[in-house]
Amino acid sequence: MIAFLQGLTAAEWTAWVVVVALNAYMLFAGADFGGGVWDLFASGPRRREQRELISHAIGPIWEANHVWLIVVVVVLFVCFPPAFAAFGTVLHIPLSLMLIGIVLRGSAFVFRAYSYGPRTEQRRWGQVFAISSLVTPVVLGMCVGAVASGRVGDALAAIGHAPAAVLPSSASSVALGTPRASFSSLYVVPWLSPFTIAVGAMALALFSFLGATYLTVEAEGDAELQDDFRRRALGSAVSSMVAATIALELGATRGGVMARLAGIGWSLPLLIASGLACVASIVALLQRRYRLARLGAGAWVTLVLWGWVMAQFPLIIPPSLTIDAAAAPTRVLTDTLAVLAVGGVILIPSLWYLIKVFKTEN
Amino acid sequence: MTDLFAARSQMAMSLAFHIIFSVIGIGLPLLMVIAEWRWLRTGDAVYLELAKRWAKGAAILFAVGAVSGTVLSFELGLLWPNFMRFAGPIMGMPFSLEGFAFFTEAIFLGLYLYGWDRVSRGAHLFAGIIVALSGVLSGIFVVIANAWMNAPTGFTMVDNTAVDVRPFAAMANSAAFSQTLHMTLAAYAATGLGVAGIHAIMILRGNTTTFHRYGLAVALVVGAPAAILQPLSGDISARYVAREQPVKLAALEAHFTTQRGAPLHIGGWPDVERRETRGAIKVPYGLSLLAFHDPDAEVSGLSEFPRDTWPPVAIVHVAFQIMVALGGCMALVSVWALWRWWRARDTTGITDHPALLRALALATPMGFIAIEAGWTVTEVGRQPWIVYGILRTADAVTPMPGLVVPFLVFSLLYLLLGAIVVYMLRQQIARAPADDVRPGDSR
Repeated sequence: MIAFLQGLTAAEWTAWVVVVALNAYMLFAGADFGGGVWDLFASGPRRREQRELISHAIGPIWEANHVWLIVVVVVLFVCFPPAFAAFGTVLHIPLSLMLIGIVLRGSAFVFRAYSYGPRTEQRRWGQVFAISSLVTPVVLGMCVGAVASGRVGDALAAIGHAPAAVLPSSASSVALGTPRASFSSLYVVPWLSPFTIAVGAMALALFSFLGATYLTVEAEGDAELQDDFRRRALGSAVSSMVAATIALELGATRGGVMARLAGIGWSLPLLIASGLACVASIVALLQRRYRLARLGAGAWVTLVLWGWVMAQFPLIIPPSLTIDAAAAPTRVLTDTLAVLAVGGVILIPSLWYLIKVFKTEN
Repeated sequence: MTDLFAARSQMAMSLAFHIIFSVIGIGLPLLMVIAEWRWLRTGDAVYLELAKRWAKGAAILFAVGAVSGTVLSFELGLLWPNFMRFAGPIMGMPFSLEGFAFFTEAIFLGLYLYGWDRVSRGAHLFAGIIVALSGVLSGIFVVIANAWMNAPTGFTMVDNTAVDVRPFAAMANSAAFSQTLHMTLAAYAATGLGVAGIHAIMILRGNTTTFHRYGLAVALVVGAPAAILQPLSGDISARYVAREQPVKLAALEAHFTTQRGAPLHIGGWPDVERRETRGAIKVPYGLSLLAFHDPDAEVSGLSEFPRDTWPPVAIVHVAFQIMVALGGCMALVSVWALWRWWRARDTTGITDHPALLRALALATPMGFIAIEAGWTVTEVGRQPWIVYGILRTADAVTPMPGLVVPFLVFSLLYLLLGAIVVYMLRQQIARAPADDVRPGDSR
């Protein structure tokens, strides 16, 4: 492992920082999306209590959780601009849909919290918040699936791309005119396939699982409410496993990155570990050991993400664009890493303080 | 509508929408921190009420600002992938720093909004100060990135490739100082006078509670000095543009022919075909004086430059006139208000003066309109370049066709969102205390 780490380039280190930020976004904001899903599916005699708990749990921290996505985007466009440009071009449609979801969700959440209007109005904001919480993770998952499947890379080959910091007018490989391939083959097919839909469903199920598991801890002191979310956590854990199995199956048969999942030394152990974390969190939920379940849920999602990353390492966009080839000049990478390190010194204690203030009472 | 024009329209619309929220996100936290500090100092609960009211407004506007800012960061890639591939590494440093400022802002805003009963008073005020500071820092970083597009530096071009990229040198570009100064003052002036105007309107409606008088006072403390300083900062900006982007200056002044002792055009419509500006009031030597502080200085006209490097002259000229006129009005109203306040040694100097209150009420939206106009000047004025002198906007756009569709979809979304925000804020303002929060107060 030390040899592996020593062999990493500056670009690869930076790419790992992007993955860490994406990981944090999934663990924190992902659970907030899950909260929105459970707001939508609040039911039974404690429907109102469920919604209040969700709103109470998300309220103070969701803005901060959202910023992880900004970190991902910014480091991507500073340090891996060809990859950012490729995502923006080929995934224009799903990313736009995701943005609409993010806009509606974030605004509806505050509109509901600060509305003085009638109850029906608040309920409508609640619905917008909940529905966009459901749609956004699916689209996010589809984008990830599109990259992993290698189809973003295929479309990119047709559109043409160039390294970072090269003027587009001079790069003959950049097709500024109309590419020969059809609109749908470049801008729709890459992200719309059974495989990407399976990954989208998996993202939704995983986020719902995270949300429900965290909420069992948030509900400490109310055993009935805890049981509501325990059932939801178990249900979404099973859904996640089903979606993951379908995604693996489809990915394997299509010869995409999933077929090579065991090809790189790190992937198989990560896959096995994620399976163990999944089983551990389910067992912990069955035994009502909620804090342990929360830990297991976080580990599961984290291992799934890293399993994917290691499976396609050292590629940033399969089948051929490597992290190194997509990287900005080294000086940019080292300066950015330095700024991230210094920023982290301010940020991490602040985040810790925020969480301590609002989450220790429970 | 061509794809390029649709992309430019979507970007312009997204920026125009987002900037209102970011400006208030910079100004409003300062107001609420000042109010909270006054409460801690004086024990006067009206100040606490003000801080809490403003914090609610800040929460709504911050949330919409955060999501519309997210849209912008993605749109850089959705609409301008070729620009980002070239420029991302060079001008990305301020965005990385902005990411941290924004993160800090979000964390401490959460503490501020939800922490009234959970942290000590000192810690709460501290959280507010961090929100106000990181808000202004975010704005400064983003404007530095924009300044780089006007004054690209921090790299060397070799065979159409940027080599020897120095991210911090790119941040220290020559446009950064004048642009960040102008924008920061604009944010405080627009928010301060905007909030002061709302309180002035309430007072004019006969709602003369201490709540509105204190609100007016705190808002003026922030807005009026900024509005008075803004013309000076504008002078720095104009002289910078005259020196570094003469074609932009010529467009914003609708100045076609190079001459010494150039007159200043006030108003008027530039006729690009006949290369003359009609219907303008001409102030002799005005332009030379303003642009170079010398009545005989030579000012380059548009004719000096190739036609295909002209920005759209009429839009830039009209937007510039609007910005200057509104900025001037704001500065005058501010001087008037501070003068009356100082004379009476008390805000009654303002609140007992209906004409001044009406002027303040009139100034409510001025700062925001001036900001939109000002950004039109700097962005449209930079055309046809996305990176001044290096990369044309037309070469930066995405190859994806059909861009009119996302433009219409996002326009509709923002129109809807804008209407809802106005409705929400009206609800908030309508619920402001009608009676004095502090019974027995005689002032």
